[in-house]
Amino acid sequence: MAVMTYLQAISAALRDELRADERVLMMGEDIGVFGGAFKVTDGFAAEFGTDRVMDTPLAESAIIGCAVGAAVVGMRPVCEMQFADFISCGFDQLVNVAGKMHYRQGLAVPIVVRLPSGGGFSGGPFHSQNPEALFMHSPGIKVVAPSTAEDAKGLLHAAIHDPNPVCFMEHKHLYRRVKGEVPDGVFETPFSARVARSGSDLVVIAYGAMVDVALAATEDLEGASIEVLDLRSLVPLDEAAILDSVARCSKVVIVDEANMTCAAGAQVAALVAEKAFEDLDGPVVRVATPDVPIPFSPPLEQAVLPGVDRVKEACRELLAY
Amino acid sequence: MATETAQAAGSTAPASGHEHLRLEDRIWLLRAMLLMRGIEERAMSLYRQGKVPGSFYDGFGQEAVSAGAAFAMAPEDRLCILHRDLAAHLIRGVTPVRILSQYMGRAAGITRGRDGNVHFGDRSLGCVGMVSMLPDMMLVATGMAMAFKLRGERRCALTWFGDGSTSRGDFHEAMNWAGVQKLPVVFILENNQYAYSTPLDKQFAVDPVERAAAYGFTGVTVDGNDAEAMFDATREARQRAIDGRGPTLIEAVTMRMHGHAAHDDMKYVPKEQVEEWRRRDPVERQERRLRELDVDVDALRAEVAAAIDTAATEALAGPMPTPDDVLEGVFCAGEAEPLGDGQAPWSGFAAAGGGA
Repeated sequence: MAVMTYLQAISAALRDELRADERVLMMGEDIGVFGGAFKVTDGFAAEFGTDRVMDTPLAESAIIGCAVGAAVVGMRPVCEMQFADFISCGFDQLVNVAGKMHYRQGLAVPIVVRLPSGGGFSGGPFHSQNPEALFMHSPGIKVVAPSTAEDAKGLLHAAIHDPNPVCFMEHKHLYRRVKGEVPDGVFETPFSARVARSGSDLVVIAYGAMVDVALAATEDLEGASIEVLDLRSLVPLDEAAILDSVARCSKVVIVDEANMTCAAGAQVAALVAEKAFEDLDGPVVRVATPDVPIPFSPPLEQAVLPGVDRVKEACRELLAY
Repeated sequence: MATETAQAAGSTAPASGHEHLRLEDRIWLLRAMLLMRGIEERAMSLYRQGKVPGSFYDGFGQEAVSAGAAFAMAPEDRLCILHRDLAAHLIRGVTPVRILSQYMGRAAGITRGRDGNVHFGDRSLGCVGMVSMLPDMMLVATGMAMAFKLRGERRCALTWFGDGSTSRGDFHEAMNWAGVQKLPVVFILENNQYAYSTPLDKQFAVDPVERAAAYGFTGVTVDGNDAEAMFDATREARQRAIDGRGPTLIEAVTMRMHGHAAHDDMKYVPKEQVEEWRRRDPVERQERRLRELDVDVDALRAEVAAAIDTAATEALAGPMPTPDDVLEGVFCAGEAEPLGDGQAPWSGFAAAGGGA
């Protein structure tokens, strides 16, 4: 066991994979000599060479498309979008080429797309987005979103070993804020949910950076027993774990940092409505970013992103229902 | 093995009147084009009978582009084939019955009914099927070539795309990436004069073959209605690729002689233009060559027609897929199965002890 930041855990997973498997290849903008915009691949070029830690042209569609080509001839490419927002430029290759390949012609596409996502630091409308729901809506792509250092490493190992395209949502706000013990060596975290804190009066369902927000908001809520379920994986979505928490807690708050409409939490709410209606003791409550671009100025950004106070208030209201 | 194959191939010098093609190769090219035309004519007739769902897209008049180019590819090379390039599938070894089954959405089709038309690639033969967003496969081919170069393998990737594709960003991204990394990839721009109904003068201001120089590699224009010229240009491009001298853009100038798809009467094409290109028919051109060499072309035609009859009968007798497993296969559940090697009938590969 070693204590690592979330960012160090991601770096460690990538380094372990590059050492263990010569098929593994990193592709992205400024990831080689410079070590990446967030320094996730700092020092990699020196250890593994710039062929395997490749500074690519500034071309997101090409990064994904070339990764697909390399993958189908036996490589295991890990692509970095410098910011998750830029995946819009690679959307077509990911959704139409990578996502549909196996269904159409039985050809697996083992690529990982790392997506540094999320807001909270004045990144503005183009450096703060959480685009994961776009890929939940696109068949053939797995989507995972760790909230702890241990899961960041374990999910990334599992993503690289997976024979399918995997979007790895790494939250920028957690990079250096989250720290924790991480097991040594290569280990896989399953694409399933994790009970971050067990409880019985109400469950807060969240993923990524919102798990910490949920834990902080419910740490001391007038003695109520609050469960926090960390989804970890959005595709596949761990229906059994969600329904189990709802059955035990009967009240549900779902938190998304993404924009409200059709977010991951909307799918969770639909699932609960369809399959756990009889278990509910109150309406399903959602906390999410309203449907606006993420504004730049701190007071504006703080006003739209879900924070501890909003989650606390939502829980209090639902507990009193 | 690819190295020996290609280098030795250059010295075989068969005596058929062509530097690199023996008589059997020249017959192979005609056979592939006759098969392509015959299968597509049969499929169009099946479409009119309501047996081909959706619409139908063919490559009538463009047969030489895919036949000539695919003929220059070694077994270990990898191809991303476009929708008017049926001859490439045939040369790699896909059988007519599977192609007709594919068009009709039957269980025996290459995609088992999951995708239509020529949206297929037989992975066991080293081919990756296209998507409708053009030219997305330019990037996939570029990525394959990148992997070959990284691993130090002497093999190449090849893909086709149309004149309309040159307007998309992926054309630029692929050309640029391939140029920057000097990759072993062959890009074949199938200039068939129209992107659906849009003529060339609304697509680009400068002939796109000229752009190759701007990306730092070779661009050549070839008569796309001459299968042997296509073979020659592609053989050279492949050699350049595996020798580490970078990509090639081949502009194959041809004409789409049918509408964009079965529903399109192509009224927007001047009659004189069609007439002019009819005189340059690629199949007749190869036939004339072979008749001059005393090949019994009529017998070859009869053989191909019989093969297509048999394939059509078998395809029509084959079942439609059942929806039992329609939800399966979205994800790969086990180990990723690799692409296999394709057929490579060119005698140059066999002469060099290649895998064909």
